[in-house]
Amino acid sequence: MAAVQETVEQVRSIDVDQYKYGFETQIESEKAPKGLSEEVIRFISAKKEEPEWMLDLRLDAYRRWLSMSEPTWARVDFPQIDFQDLYYYSAPKKFKAPKSLDEVDPEILKTYEKLGIPLREQEILAGVEVPEGERPRIAVDAVFDSVSVATTFKEELKAAGVIFMPISEALREHPDLVKKYLGSVVPVTDNFYATLNSAVFSDGSFVYIPPGVRCPMELSTYFRINEKNTGQFERTLIIADKGSYVSYLEGCTAPQRDENQLHAAVVELVVLDDAEIKYSTVQNWYPGDSEGKGGIYNFVTKRGDCRGKNSKISWTQVETGSAITWKYPSCVLRGEGSSGEFYSIAISNGRQQVDSGTKMIHLGKNTTSRIISKGISAGRSNNTYRGLVSAHRKAEGARNFTNCDSLLIGNACGAHTVPYIEAKNPKAQFEHEATTSKISEDMLFYCMQRGLSQEDAVALVVNGFVRDVLQQLPMEFAVEAQKLISISLEGSVG
Amino acid sequence: MTPLLEIRDLHAEIAGGRKIINGMNLTINPGEVHAIMGPNGAGKSTLSYVLSGKPGYEITGGEVIFRGVNLQELSPDERAAQGLFLCFQYPLEIPGVSNMAFLHTAANSQRKKRGEPELTSPELVRKVRELGKQLGIDTDMLKRPVNVGFSGGEKKRNETLQMMLLEPYLSILDEADSGLDIDALKVVSNGVNAMRSPERSMLVITHYQRLLDYIVPDVVHVFAAGRIVHTGGKELALELEATGYAQYQNEAA
Repeated sequence: MAAVQETVEQVRSIDVDQYKYGFETQIESEKAPKGLSEEVIRFISAKKEEPEWMLDLRLDAYRRWLSMSEPTWARVDFPQIDFQDLYYYSAPKKFKAPKSLDEVDPEILKTYEKLGIPLREQEILAGVEVPEGERPRIAVDAVFDSVSVATTFKEELKAAGVIFMPISEALREHPDLVKKYLGSVVPVTDNFYATLNSAVFSDGSFVYIPPGVRCPMELSTYFRINEKNTGQFERTLIIADKGSYVSYLEGCTAPQRDENQLHAAVVELVVLDDAEIKYSTVQNWYPGDSEGKGGIYNFVTKRGDCRGKNSKISWTQVETGSAITWKYPSCVLRGEGSSGEFYSIAISNGRQQVDSGTKMIHLGKNTTSRIISKGISAGRSNNTYRGLVSAHRKAEGARNFTNCDSLLIGNACGAHTVPYIEAKNPKAQFEHEATTSKISEDMLFYCMQRGLSQEDAVALVVNGFVRDVLQQLPMEFAVEAQKLISISLEGSVG
Repeated sequence: MTPLLEIRDLHAEIAGGRKIINGMNLTINPGEVHAIMGPNGAGKSTLSYVLSGKPGYEITGGEVIFRGVNLQELSPDERAAQGLFLCFQYPLEIPGVSNMAFLHTAANSQRKKRGEPELTSPELVRKVRELGKQLGIDTDMLKRPVNVGFSGGEKKRNETLQMMLLEPYLSILDEADSGLDIDALKVVSNGVNAMRSPERSMLVITHYQRLLDYIVPDVVHVFAAGRIVHTGGKELALELEATGYAQYQNEAA
C-alpha cells in the first residue's frame, strides 16, 4: 500500500479539490441500452449467462420496484433522479472473463496501479520494505463499472476451501449456494434501492468460508465507477459457515465528474453458529466539488444476519466520500448469544450530506451489540447519525451500548443525531451516550504553539476524536484511513 | 550583545477593536529572566498571546524582533520552531491523543521546520522519561490523553515537561503558579531553573510575588494599562507585594 501513501503526498501539491482519484480511464465499453426495462434486465442476465431462476428473481424485483417510491425520511436533499436516463450495465469492450491478468486490458491494470491496488500477486508478495512473510497478504477482487476484472489468490484460497469470486461467476459455478442465501438477509422487496439493485445488479463479490476455517488472508473488493451516466449496482454475499472467520474490506473510488452518479449496492452477510465476519469499508467515492457539483449518490443497503448461536458481525466504516450517503449497516441478532458491532467514522466537508447509522435488531436471548459512531462535519456539510436499537419480546437479556459523538469544524456545518430505541422485553438493557463538540480555536492554537501546522493540528485533534474506531480497522487500513481523514479535511479551517 | 527579544513601541488590540497593548517597549538579552507584574486586566496575558501569534490578536503598531526576525511575519507554529514557547495559564485538553504522541509530533514538527533530523521513537521516549522523572511525571501520565482529567498541578508539570523537551530560547510563563500547591510549585520551578543558561531567556508573567521566590528574575517590570510603567531589580517584586499596584495604575492613566 506504499503506492497509496506516495499519492497522498503528491495530491497535497495539487490545488484542485483534494480528491485524488478523480482521473478517468480511456477505454471502450459495451453498454446496455439506456434506461430500465425488462429488455435491459434480460440483456444483463444473458450477458452473465445466468440460470433461469436468477432472471426470474430479477424480473420479479423489477415489477415490484415499479410500484415503489423513493424513501424521503432521510435528512438529505437532492433533485429527483431520472432512472430512465442511466445506463445499468457497462463493461470494458474487449471484456471476456480473463483467465489470467495478462488477458486484462492494460488500461484497467494501470487504473488499479494508479489507485494503489495491487492486482499482481507477485507484486503483492514482493513487499518493498517489509520482508516477505511479515507483510500481510490480501486477496483482491477488482470491480470496474459493472464487471469484476480480476480476482487474486484464487488458487491459494481454494486450497483452504474458501470460495472468493465475482458473484456472476458464483451464479454459474455454485448456483445452489447462491440460491440458498441470496436475498435471505435483504429480501427483494426490502426498500426502493435494494429492490432496484436486485433487478439490475451486475457484479460484486461472493465469499463462502466452510465450517471451521479461518480464512488465511484478508479479502478485499475494490470498486471503481468509470463510465459516465452509469449506475453501479453491486451485490456482495458473504457466508461464514459454522465456526469460521473472515475479515473483509471494501474500498471505492470514482472519477471526478460534474454529473452525479448513482451507486446502489446491497451487501448481505450470513453468519452461522460460532462464526464471525469482520467487514470494513473505506468509502472514498468522489464527493463533488466544494460547491456541491457532481459526486456520487451512495444509497446502500448493508445487513448481516447472525443466524447461528454465538455468531458475531462487526461492521467498521470510514466514510469520507460521496455527495450523498444513505447507509445503515445493520445486524439481525437472531442466534442466541450472538453479537453485533458497528464502528463508524463519517466525515463530511464541502456540501456533502451524510445520513448514516446502524440498526441492531435483537431477536435472540442474551444478544449483545455495541455502537461507536463518530461524525465529523466541516465546510457546509450536514452529518446525521440515524440508528435503531430494538429488542423483541423474546430477546431476554439483550444488551446494547451506544456512543455517538459529533465534532463540528467551522460555523456553517450541521450535526444531527436521531436514535430510535425500542425495548419490548423488560430484561433488555440499553445504554446511550452522545456528545457534540466543536474544534475550538484555542485547541488549535495550543497545538500550533507547540509547533504543529494548522492542518496537522486539525488532523491530530480529529484523529484523537476517532481513535476508538480506527483501532478496529485492520492495521494497514487504519494508516490509510488516517491519511484519508487528513486529506478530506484539508482546507476546512481558517 | 544582540538582544533575544526586542519589543519597540508595540500597539495591539483584540479583534473587534479593543486596544490592549499601548506603546510597549522591552528588551530581553540572552540568558536574562524578566518578570512582568501587574494588576488583573492590565493586558499581561494579551501580551503573551500577541507574542505567540494567537489568532484574534492584532499588532496595530510597532514591531517585535525575535532572534533577528520580525515575529509578525511568522505563523504561530513558525514562531514555536524559532524557539518561542508559551507555558499556558490554562493548558488545553486534547481527547484521544496520548501525551507521548503529542510530544513526539510537536518535537518533530519543530525539528522538521528547522531542517534538523527528526527524533526516532526510542530516542524521544528515553528523553521524555528522563525529564518526566525530574518532574515527577510517571509513565501512566504519558500514556493518558493530553491534559484530559489532569489536576491543576499535573497540567502545569506537563507544560514544564513540554518546555524542557522543546528547549526554547524564550519561554513565556503565563501565571505559571496558578492552581499549584507549594510542592508542585517547587517541582515546576526546579524544572524552569534547570533550563536557565546563557542562551535561554524567560519572561515570567505573574501578579503574585510568590513565584519569584522560586524563579528569581534579573529584571522586574510593572505593567499597567498596556505598557511598562516601571522597571527595577528583583527587589521591586517585594516592594510591590507591600505597596500594591495602585500608584502605577494612576501613573498609567
